[in-house]
Amino acid sequence: MARAIVNMPAQAKRGEVIEIKTLAAHPMETGFRRTQLGTLIPRDIIRRFVCTYNGAEIFRVDLHPAMAANPLIAFATVATESGTIAFQWVGDNGYTVTETASIRVE
Amino acid sequence: MSFRFGVRPGLALAAAAACILPEFIDVGTAAAAEIPLAERRSGYDLMTRETRAMQDDDAANPAVFWLLDGEALWNRKAGAAGRACSDCHGDARASMKGVAARHPAFDTAARRPVNLEQRINLCRTGRQKAPPLAFESRDLLALTAYVARQSRGLPINIAIDSRNKPFFDAGREAFHRRQGQLNLACAQCHDDNWGKRLAGSAIPQAHPTGYPLYRLEWQGLGSLERRLRNCLTGMRAQAPDFGDAELVDLELFLMWRAREMKVETPAVRP
Repeated sequence: MARAIVNMPAQAKRGEVIEIKTLAAHPMETGFRRTQLGTLIPRDIIRRFVCTYNGAEIFRVDLHPAMAANPLIAFATVATESGTIAFQWVGDNGYTVTETASIRVE
Repeated sequence: MSFRFGVRPGLALAAAAACILPEFIDVGTAAAAEIPLAERRSGYDLMTRETRAMQDDDAANPAVFWLLDGEALWNRKAGAAGRACSDCHGDARASMKGVAARHPAFDTAARRPVNLEQRINLCRTGRQKAPPLAFESRDLLALTAYVARQSRGLPINIAIDSRNKPFFDAGREAFHRRQGQLNLACAQCHDDNWGKRLAGSAIPQAHPTGYPLYRLEWQGLGSLERRLRNCLTGMRAQAPDFGDAELVDLELFLMWRAREMKVETPAVRP
């Protein structure tokens, strides 16, 4: 079930610092664990998270094994103009989730 | 009578005199070691600031994914009857308010207390004519979490009456019974040594206020029975299967022990 949740203010004053919180539903299987029978559980993690603000990249994370499941990524940006903030999570086994949120800046 | 129920005679007399519904029984406190009501603490109070923040902020609590799944399942038709939970119960936010706070509750047909997971499955098999959901499956956890979420902030409200008294007694007995290769009773840690540390982790008082909850160690949501089985395995005892009467009796006792504490579902624990 590929999905993610974004939490951020719907409107802000120009120049205001806003906090963006994202949660992605993902097991983040490290690739180091074994089953009870000793076979290696293949790695299945999110590799990259990118956030764009009206098309311009403002934040990016490379993720690695040993990150918790359902990773919470929270960061801040400056509200410069009204528009769309887009989020993309990309990972192993063709995992891709995109979310968008709009913001009104006065 | 008063001695049979382990209550001080004066208390039992007062309770009997004041009782309007005679089947309700004042079970009082049996062992001297039981935690006084005013000193009870949720496991939340022993957590780090960071873990508390995760539970407090709906935007940071990963259990939200199970709640969303549970809401979808609530409204999805299932089984031969072609009915969804919402077709009978309507909006869960109103109809399920307080339900988790009074489970395990006595079921007349089963003639014993059933926990919330079992209640959901009874509804599935009886009303929806659908196969029961497996214990600890994503769907059952999601539905249980969604139903229990509607009781968040409400006080746990377990009434012990003549019907569930034998099961309550069995649960209390299990809590105080030494078992496993380590020969430990639940009460030895959770009544006598709460607040101290066991292998670096704080020992909580074991009040089941937030189940199903997101446990960081599990990297996912889990039920109270999963937690109880964890503890029993740690004592090197043979853990009963999910849904086993022994576990449900223990849940009944633990919920009574946490009576009037606030439901936190879905909680976060380390």
